[in-house]
Amino acid sequence: MDIHEYQAKEILQKAGVGLPRGAVAFSAEQAVYAATELGGWRWVVKAQVHAGARGKAGGIKLCQTYHEVREAAEGMLGKTLVTHQTGPQGKPVQRVYVEVADPFEREFYLGFVLDRKEERVRVIASKEGGMEIEQIASEKPDSLIQVIVEPAVGMQQFEAREIAFKLGLNIKQVQSAVATILGCYRAFRDHDATMLEINPLVLTKDGRILALDAKMSFDDNAMFRQRKVADMHDPAQEDPREAQAAEHQLNYVGLDGTIGCIVNGAGLAMATMDMIKYAGGEPANFLDVGGGASAARVATAFRLVLSDKNVDAVLVNIFAGINRCDWVAEGIVQAVKETKIGVPLVVRLAGTNVEAGRKILRESGIDLYTAESLTEAAKLAVEVSQKHKTAA
Amino acid sequence: MSILINKSTKIIFQGFTGDKGTFHGREAIEYGTNLVGGVTPGKGGQRHLDRPVFNTVKEAVEATGAEASITFVAPPYCADAIMEGADAGLRLICAITDGIPAQDMMRVKRYLRRYPKDRRTMLVGPNCAGIISPGEAMLGIMPGNIYSKGNIGVVSRSGTLGYEAAEQLKALGLGISTSVGIGGDPINGSSFLDHLELFEKDPDTHAVLMIGEIGGPQEAEAAAWIQKHMSKPVVGYVAGLTAPKGRRMGHAGAIISGEGDSAKEKSEIMESFGLTVAPSPGELGSTMLRVLEGKRRAA
Repeated sequence: MDIHEYQAKEILQKAGVGLPRGAVAFSAEQAVYAATELGGWRWVVKAQVHAGARGKAGGIKLCQTYHEVREAAEGMLGKTLVTHQTGPQGKPVQRVYVEVADPFEREFYLGFVLDRKEERVRVIASKEGGMEIEQIASEKPDSLIQVIVEPAVGMQQFEAREIAFKLGLNIKQVQSAVATILGCYRAFRDHDATMLEINPLVLTKDGRILALDAKMSFDDNAMFRQRKVADMHDPAQEDPREAQAAEHQLNYVGLDGTIGCIVNGAGLAMATMDMIKYAGGEPANFLDVGGGASAARVATAFRLVLSDKNVDAVLVNIFAGINRCDWVAEGIVQAVKETKIGVPLVVRLAGTNVEAGRKILRESGIDLYTAESLTEAAKLAVEVSQKHKTAA
Repeated sequence: MSILINKSTKIIFQGFTGDKGTFHGREAIEYGTNLVGGVTPGKGGQRHLDRPVFNTVKEAVEATGAEASITFVAPPYCADAIMEGADAGLRLICAITDGIPAQDMMRVKRYLRRYPKDRRTMLVGPNCAGIISPGEAMLGIMPGNIYSKGNIGVVSRSGTLGYEAAEQLKALGLGISTSVGIGGDPINGSSFLDHLELFEKDPDTHAVLMIGEIGGPQEAEAAAWIQKHMSKPVVGYVAGLTAPKGRRMGHAGAIISGEGDSAKEKSEIMESFGLTVAPSPGELGSTMLRVLEGKRRAA
């Protein structure tokens, strides 16, 4: 799960990380008021979206007057921001963050990530702030400073100190940087984060270490014990279909193709998409109905898949383990009777109680194609989808 | 005859008396698994499915001599259950539970390293379908009847794709020595490599089918090891050729976030290390058959 920059900064502030003064605003009036309250003579207005690379896309504006703050906020709020990280559809801007722009001398990169290979937290820092980490890694790999944190004891002072000295800071600045680095680590650990990125971390002209930007992602599996983080969830930043799917405990990811997929198990769902592509078609979505796919869940899955207007055929592929094919078949029958499908339907059932499941489908009188194997199912789906396209 | 489990392996269920524990406990017994008891804190002294229930894993191990467990414990408490099992000296723990926080798994992995390698618990999963040695024992949630006994080792991140492989192999008359689901989480208890080592040593495994998916470095690591150390043929497949970058595809670990994470890159890495990669998920079985026939002709 992702959160907004201003929310990440709330978390970091409590952990003792140095930050410029700032306030969130939902309207241009609030933005101007925030600037007057914050004081100072220069402000940055930043669009709050769950994506980076906002600056180049016009989502970050430096303002010298209240009037400019108003104009910047008006120009962002209610619009859709398209950056190279959002995809072509962009993300809606419903709030902006207004921050005092402190003049700074140097920019650094500081990141924390749950490293899958090491199975530990990896801390990455670089003198080359302001660039994206991928760019730093490919253009200035020697500038990367890395620490792998031992999980039994957590990050130690000396590890943060080493990073700070390698960034080229003097002893006074090092103390402030150590507090910031350890603060970030604690915020990461205590909130079950999977990623925390401060880019840039800056040294101000008056010698302070401040996090100018902050990006945090969290472990969805840990939300049961991170209620405050869970409350920061902003569904407006997600694909509405994916948000709807999440409500029903379905895993849905929209894609650009035309063949809708309803599958149990994430691996089989990906394999089904691959098989469709291999057979010459394009999958419209990834959808995992999960282990205990009840009739109601199958029906919801159909509604979701069919809400994508590009879909011209639906492929249901269930390999029942905990599931039972007869239950799934009943779900399909119920869903087809409730929702007018309007596109050809291909069903492949396998596993527990497969014969009973096939019998239910056969006797239901529903218009559908059945397949026994994955290969056959994908070929058939591509074939009927093309026929449907030509007929329409 | 198999790796990890066989007919005589003494197994206990952690989270024995809950709905899932009960259902799969019954299935395991029916399959012929040597289920010797279970653990549910607070229910010690009772009997369930005609087996004794214990309050702690230690008690269960002392009373039954159990060597392996399967855990159905809910996500918030599962890391604790795994560490309890390791501390009680279990040789193998299979965690079915989906949804354990990654930081909990980090601590679990650190905890398991307290023990020297010869006494270290092998953890399979979490978020997996479990282990089956067909005709011997079942430590998982898979439909047992789709597996036939034979000489192919299967190791897969995904549960249902493992079923798919079993069915394709069976349709071609190929059986399985052991099938292991290592799970779809970012941090797995054991990796492809851990199980490939066991398959290499198992005299009754003649070839291995390794089914990966997008995200993480495991498949590439395993492929490099195979080229250096494995004498048996390995057929590979990586699910998610059509997955877009940066999106989590169902499994917590299935996300393309960096270089080498995509299915295409992983397949190419596998091929470069001498594995035969199945051209599509519909050809897992037929590719294995082709490799075995090629080997037979060469011999």
